[in-house]
Amino acid sequence: MAGNNPTSSEYIQHHLQNMTFGLHPENGLGLAHSAQEAQEMGFWAIHLDTMGWSIGLGVLFLWLFRSVAKSVSTGVPGGLQNFVEMMVEFVDNSVRETFHGKSKLIAPLSLTIFCWIFLMNLMDLVPVDFLPMLAQKIGAWFGADPAHVYFKVVPTTDVNATLGMSLAVFALIIFYSIRSKGLSGFLAELTLHPFNASNPFVQALLIPVNFLLEAVTLLAKPVSLALRLFGNLYAGELIFILIAMIGLWQLPLHFAWATFHILIITLQAFIFMMLTIVYLSMATEKH
Amino acid sequence: MNLNLTLIGQAIAFAVFVWFCMKFVWPPVMQALQERQKKIADGLDAASRATRDLELAQEQAAEQLKESKEQAAQIIEQAHKRANQMIEEARDNARLEGERMIESARGEIEQETQRAKEELRTQVAALAIQGAERILDSSIDEAKHRELVDKLAAEL
Repeated sequence: MAGNNPTSSEYIQHHLQNMTFGLHPENGLGLAHSAQEAQEMGFWAIHLDTMGWSIGLGVLFLWLFRSVAKSVSTGVPGGLQNFVEMMVEFVDNSVRETFHGKSKLIAPLSLTIFCWIFLMNLMDLVPVDFLPMLAQKIGAWFGADPAHVYFKVVPTTDVNATLGMSLAVFALIIFYSIRSKGLSGFLAELTLHPFNASNPFVQALLIPVNFLLEAVTLLAKPVSLALRLFGNLYAGELIFILIAMIGLWQLPLHFAWATFHILIITLQAFIFMMLTIVYLSMATEKH
Repeated sequence: MNLNLTLIGQAIAFAVFVWFCMKFVWPPVMQALQERQKKIADGLDAASRATRDLELAQEQAAEQLKESKEQAAQIIEQAHKRANQMIEEARDNARLEGERMIESARGEIEQETQRAKEELRTQVAALAIQGAERILDSSIDEAKHRELVDKLAAEL
């Protein structure tokens, strides 16, 4: 816990605040010293902790898999190669079962999604105070007020991270739709379903209705993708924080919740991956 | 929960990671997996081929064994036949030889008998003449009666 005995709500809020770097209208370029300041920085600010951890974990994942891919042998695989092959085969099977088109992108995309999200979620199992405290000590060493050093370890509890990914997936959905159906096919899909009429006049009336419905369907995909992951992990993190406040009893409770959370971590990574595959396969298939 | 630049940063990082994974991670691992799959398939193929070869070889060996057994039986049969034949031949030879010997012995006996008869004949003639001489006491013309007695002796 930071500073001079914060209240429970201060403690929770402190834990839920990202380390934000940006241009503050009054204080100039720098780290935000409070949630308020972070808000005032507007859109052109960046969460250093989210970016740092996510990129670090992504690099870790790619380095691990790349090191295996470089020395991959077709003989009897060793321990790490075995693990990597297992992951690759698992993802490949999932993709094959769901996505029937041919694409060089989908499978590696799914692997990246699964492993990266899993690793980011895994940071949730690090005791909630451990890394933020470390960051505060380092911050204090550099002369910052420990109470104002914010550090959020789990990137997927930052809606920016999940929404960033789901928007990239959304862009792919649109790209694949247009590539397989053409721009006119994509637009027709948006405007001529679900209500269809043979009379051109009635059809023209129905187009806005259809478009409204289909646009919601389309937009719901990235939003639900992002919010599902974010919500699950945010709630999990919040419970970890609450458990961390109850003193000695936190130990068995923390253990129980962490054990349960392992399931959520894996499941959410898997769901994000599977839904991405499903959405992309829906985008490529003609109705 | 402010939406800010992190959103774009994350999207870019994500895109870069996916690109890297697609370019440098997925293909070699997938290729290795496929190669191993092929290797295993080849191995299984080779194993089944070997089993088939083994079966074939066993069949061949059994056939050859059967053939050789037949041949051996044939050879033994032939040998038996040949042996019988040889015994038969030997027996025939022996019989012929015996017959021949008997024949020659008979000839010899004949000859001997002939010679004895001849001898006997001359002796009988002489004896008869002597007897007649003694009976008739030189009243006989030796030359005339000699012919008669010879004729008589020849009738013996």
